[in-house]
Amino acid sequence: MSRRDYLLRKLGFSLMTVLIVLVINFVLFRILPGDPVRAVIGRNVRISPQVQQALRVQFGLDKPVFPDQFIDTLGQWAQGNLGISWSQRQPVANILIAKLGNTLLLIGLGQILSIFFGVILGLLAGWKRKTPIDVGALTFSLIAWATPTFWLGIILLAAGSTWLGLPTGGIVSPANVSKPLYTVIPDVARHLALPTLTLTILYLGEYMLIMRSSILEVLNEDYILTAKAKGMSHWQVLMRHALKNAMLPVVTLIALNLGFTVSGAIYIEAVFSYDGLGKLFQDALTKQDYPLLQGAFLLLAVSVILANMLADILYTYLDPRVKAN
Amino acid sequence: MHNLTEFWRTFRRNKLGLLGGFLILTALLAAIFAPLLTPYHPTDVIRDANGIGMTFAPPSAHGPLGTDDAGRDVWSELVYGARISLTVGFLAGFIAMFVGSLFGITAGYFGGWIDNLLMRVTDVLLVIPDLPLMLVLVATLRQMQLNVSPLVIIILVIGLLYWTSTARLIRSQVLTIKERQFVARARAIGAGNAHIVRKHILPQIMPLIVANTVLTISTAILVESGLAFLGLGDPTKPSWGTMLNFAFDRNAVTNGAWWFYLPPGLAIVWVSLGCVLLGNVLEEMLNPRLTAHHLEGDENMISIVAGQRFD
Repeated sequence: MSRRDYLLRKLGFSLMTVLIVLVINFVLFRILPGDPVRAVIGRNVRISPQVQQALRVQFGLDKPVFPDQFIDTLGQWAQGNLGISWSQRQPVANILIAKLGNTLLLIGLGQILSIFFGVILGLLAGWKRKTPIDVGALTFSLIAWATPTFWLGIILLAAGSTWLGLPTGGIVSPANVSKPLYTVIPDVARHLALPTLTLTILYLGEYMLIMRSSILEVLNEDYILTAKAKGMSHWQVLMRHALKNAMLPVVTLIALNLGFTVSGAIYIEAVFSYDGLGKLFQDALTKQDYPLLQGAFLLLAVSVILANMLADILYTYLDPRVKAN
Repeated sequence: MHNLTEFWRTFRRNKLGLLGGFLILTALLAAIFAPLLTPYHPTDVIRDANGIGMTFAPPSAHGPLGTDDAGRDVWSELVYGARISLTVGFLAGFIAMFVGSLFGITAGYFGGWIDNLLMRVTDVLLVIPDLPLMLVLVATLRQMQLNVSPLVIIILVIGLLYWTSTARLIRSQVLTIKERQFVARARAIGAGNAHIVRKHILPQIMPLIVANTVLTISTAILVESGLAFLGLGDPTKPSWGTMLNFAFDRNAVTNGAWWFYLPPGLAIVWVSLGCVLLGNVLEEMLNPRLTAHHLEGDENMISIVAGQRFD
């Protein structure tokens, strides 16, 4: 299969998946009990039957659900119109955009740190196979896998706030709320420390495992033997030849893990009252704010799918074997 | 299974497998014999000498695990919580096993466009972030006033979403088994598809299905605890996740009531670690060539941990 065919297939698959997400979102919204007009304008607004009928026509709700209403809705979503939040009485899209940056900051920090430490630990574990370092690293990842994210968060929250005096939630102290984030970096860092630590511990295990098995595989390759035969030291072989090739599966894992990353962020933001998409999601759940819930789901799902596709494309550029085919 | 004794002889030597079995078994026994293990009913309020409810009493004032924000005995809540957490985990795990096996066998056995279609379905499920999808599904289903317990909704949603890894594993096994001689012979003497699957394929993959189910149960228990923590559990039937939701919402952390928020989490780790250990050991024993599971690299990591720590 040529590279172009491969990319087209990936693109096709991603578009299909996005379409399925759109259908799920549409169907879920429609099977909710009650009048869709109510769903659009909110539950507690009093309006006369005539106005309701007028609204029904205006929103196209007098037309058949499929295909007319479905296509209408898709058009709305495509224009970034995700409806009005019931609880905040603002356009859902505006609320989501306001929180997106905070979540990206948290996830980004967690990912960078866990990839960095995961790669180093995995490299060490694979290199010093079956030594206490290796066994310790594997045991750690097993236990991390079996530990609920939010519970680890609660423990670190309790420990960090009691013994280190770290803040228990939020992104900035109340005094700094109105200042731009970059002017109060030390304060923000103190708030980010615990959530980032939780995410890093959580993600670390899998990067370490994949790096470990990947480095073991690479060390068996002929070109490693050649490099050793040329008289290169262990360290040179590891850095110049093994590391670069062993990193490839890590790149794939970043993409595969995105869904998992998003789940982690939802739990962590709930525990640390971190003002991002995850906490928004939980607030929408408790307030039964469906437009907000569905908007958040749409945004998260579509971004994960598209990021996966981008990672696939990136991979074809990184791996010369894929390029050659 | 005629070689069950032989299986047990190998299994007995695997210390981590035994540890996993022990962790699961103790939790199951606690759930079954909950009334015998607990001095109170989980909803009883513990009162001091003056008849005042003891809230957030530490283990030193009321043993063994103190009381919660409403003055209830944490140990009793914990043991009764095992019933809910394990029931949800096992039932959801069984549903996932059933759906995954059905998809895996159908895709692997029939191949062609059926295989293609079913595998694309699993691909789609893999790429949609699972927690947001579950939250939206559970919230919508609860809103629909279906007159079912929130636990039933959680069981169904977990069971119907977490079967993809099982399906892939089973499919790859069926693909190799169906090429074997005995399947070709059975077909040659006129055996139908249903007969071949039932008599020749299922017995071969059954042990693997069991091993994989144990792993799926650990996922299901972890996922349930998360959904319950986010407030989607049944408050009248608190699981360990629901307990943590209560503990967190009612400020156990700021009150320093570690005896309220540590035990339920430890219980979750206890059971899910047990399932991961047992499941991986079983999978490795039953299918030594297997490399599909994410916990494995060049060899099963469990065996390395076991070899170093216990032998």
